[in-house]
Amino acid sequence: MSFKDKLLSSYIALEDYLEFDSPLHDVRNNAIKIFEEKGFPTKKEEAWKYTSLNSLLKPDYSVYSNKERNVELKNVRKYFLHEIDTYKLVFVDGVYNSFLSETTHDSLDVCLMSSALNKSKYKPVIEAYFNKVAKSDSLTSLNTAFTKEGAYIHIPAHKEVEKPIEIINFSTGNEAAMFLQPRNLIVVGENAHVQIIERHQSLSSNEVLTNSVTEIFAEKRAYVDYYKIQNDEATASLIDNTYISQERDTVCRVHTFAFGGNLVRNNLNFYQKGEHCDSTLKGITILEGKQHVDHNTLVHHIAPNCESHQDYKGLFAESSIGVFNGKIIVEKDAQKTDAFQQNNNILIDDKATINAKPQLEIFADDVKCSHGCTIGQFDEDALFYLRSRGIGLKESRALLMYAFANTVLESVKIPELKVRINKLIANKIGVSLGFEL
Amino acid sequence: MLKIKDLYAGLEGKDILQGINLEVKAGEVHAIMGPNGSGKSTLASVVAGKEEYEVSRGYITFENQDISELDPEERAHKGIFLSFQYPVEIPGVSVTNFIKTAINETRKAKGKEDMPASEMLKMIKEKADMLEIDRKFLSRSLNEGFSGGEKKRNEIFQMAMLEPKLAILDETDSGLDIDALKVVANGVNKLKSKDNAVVVITHYQRLLDYIVPDFVHVLMNGRIVKSGTKELAYELEEKGYDWIKEELV
Repeated sequence: MSFKDKLLSSYIALEDYLEFDSPLHDVRNNAIKIFEEKGFPTKKEEAWKYTSLNSLLKPDYSVYSNKERNVELKNVRKYFLHEIDTYKLVFVDGVYNSFLSETTHDSLDVCLMSSALNKSKYKPVIEAYFNKVAKSDSLTSLNTAFTKEGAYIHIPAHKEVEKPIEIINFSTGNEAAMFLQPRNLIVVGENAHVQIIERHQSLSSNEVLTNSVTEIFAEKRAYVDYYKIQNDEATASLIDNTYISQERDTVCRVHTFAFGGNLVRNNLNFYQKGEHCDSTLKGITILEGKQHVDHNTLVHHIAPNCESHQDYKGLFAESSIGVFNGKIIVEKDAQKTDAFQQNNNILIDDKATINAKPQLEIFADDVKCSHGCTIGQFDEDALFYLRSRGIGLKESRALLMYAFANTVLESVKIPELKVRINKLIANKIGVSLGFEL
Repeated sequence: MLKIKDLYAGLEGKDILQGINLEVKAGEVHAIMGPNGSGKSTLASVVAGKEEYEVSRGYITFENQDISELDPEERAHKGIFLSFQYPVEIPGVSVTNFIKTAINETRKAKGKEDMPASEMLKMIKEKADMLEIDRKFLSRSLNEGFSGGEKKRNEIFQMAMLEPKLAILDETDSGLDIDALKVVANGVNKLKSKDNAVVVITHYQRLLDYIVPDFVHVLMNGRIVKSGTKELAYELEEKGYDWIKEELV
């Protein structure tokens, strides 16, 4: 049985447990139909030209894990940004772990999708927002059909959340191969501020495939600062689908740090629905071995007088493969748009590959759009300069890597996170320089 | 200290240096002058170990050891310093972090511990004061957006911090106004001792009013065609290079 068939029959089994009178029931049924029709994307589709899912669909994945797996704090402590000073939503093999989590209902909701779906008091929010910005492509639809658990975060108007929220998905490897589909809904009220860190982490070398969907709604004047840390095991793959809906005067920033994992596909979509929106999409990708990371971004300028800033830096060693596919659409009404996109790549070894494809579709006539894409090697003059000061070749290269990544790193607003990412970069490039940027 | 013997070197099989002979002893200041394209900067890069240059004949020794095959960092560890004509911009790395890394990497190569932070700070302050460098300047990204003069002053600051045995100053005077020139030259003179040596590469005699050379060499078409004392520099300033060409014919 193919993985697709397995999923379709699992859905039939799941349906028996679902409430038929829930408004979600139709949403799920429609979604599974879309997945059934479209199936998994293939390289024939333009958006998947450089990334094949074939090898990921072969293992015999467990689709459910209903048992709560135990994970000891001492084994996972290092994956948390902070033990006390963050809210935490921790899921182990797709199941909520109350012991490791720190939720709240005290003036804001940091809790579970499962309770939001089942409790009547959340019903208006679910009805107003759930699946309202997500695309109906096959992978998102697959996630929608199986929606069960994930983060539910609701920040009321004018609330400034005093500490970051961490969303962490662990997989234990208790199953030989695990398929996970977290579903997150984040609603940030008018003039509310929030910082969120998301991480997927496998705790074994068994195979894991995650197909995650996150919907974020920023109501007017809201501020959302979102960080994705992708530094997983070599047997863990991730398809991360993020949809951000921005009302007027909002600032939304997403930083993606792609350092690990087997195959990662980031589908990051911004929709600017009101005037004076500001969107920032930044990323540092550092790969080695046979790692493959595909950044597929969309900034959809629908309303006038908005800005978007994209800055993706990639360093590719050994036989690793990077893809950057950045699409900017400026609608006819989106006059005075200022859209900027930059993608710089360094190929460290001869066998490394980068496929870069900026796409601009502009229908308005009074806009400022610019994009720049570079693919190169280390600057020999810069290397000579550093080496002539007594800095070895390896360290000189590392210094240039730090310098290269710095434009992304410098805009990380959580100091502890910045330190953490600095360490991850040092580990990844195998050199510690004795200072942080 | 530095001996260059019958050196032929260049790029892609084409020799730019055509048989250089030069000896620099401890305590000496040498000036190398010459028209554009004569091979002055090539000579500086070859001594510092820039890899794209190939040595096809001859050799370079430093303190009686052949350094022709050494990496640039190994030459730096031995005490060779090149002040660049065009220092490279490294955004995101501050002057301070850069110099700390350079010093500690050099110490590491010699089997020494990192320099204690307090000692490092003291030294940075001392050398920055000597070169009239503002403290704010040190936290800026290395050479990024620096004026020509700031870049050159920063090069001499690095020299002051690294305390080399042999400093090669490649066109350090270009881009400097007279006040900056005096500060930089004064810095170089203060660093001068009987145990180290300086090679000044320049177009103009101007810098040599402040850093007074013991020997002046004229480089033309990849060869040293004339050597003399500081008076030769004045003669060149006055008469240009054509008379030497004529002399050679």
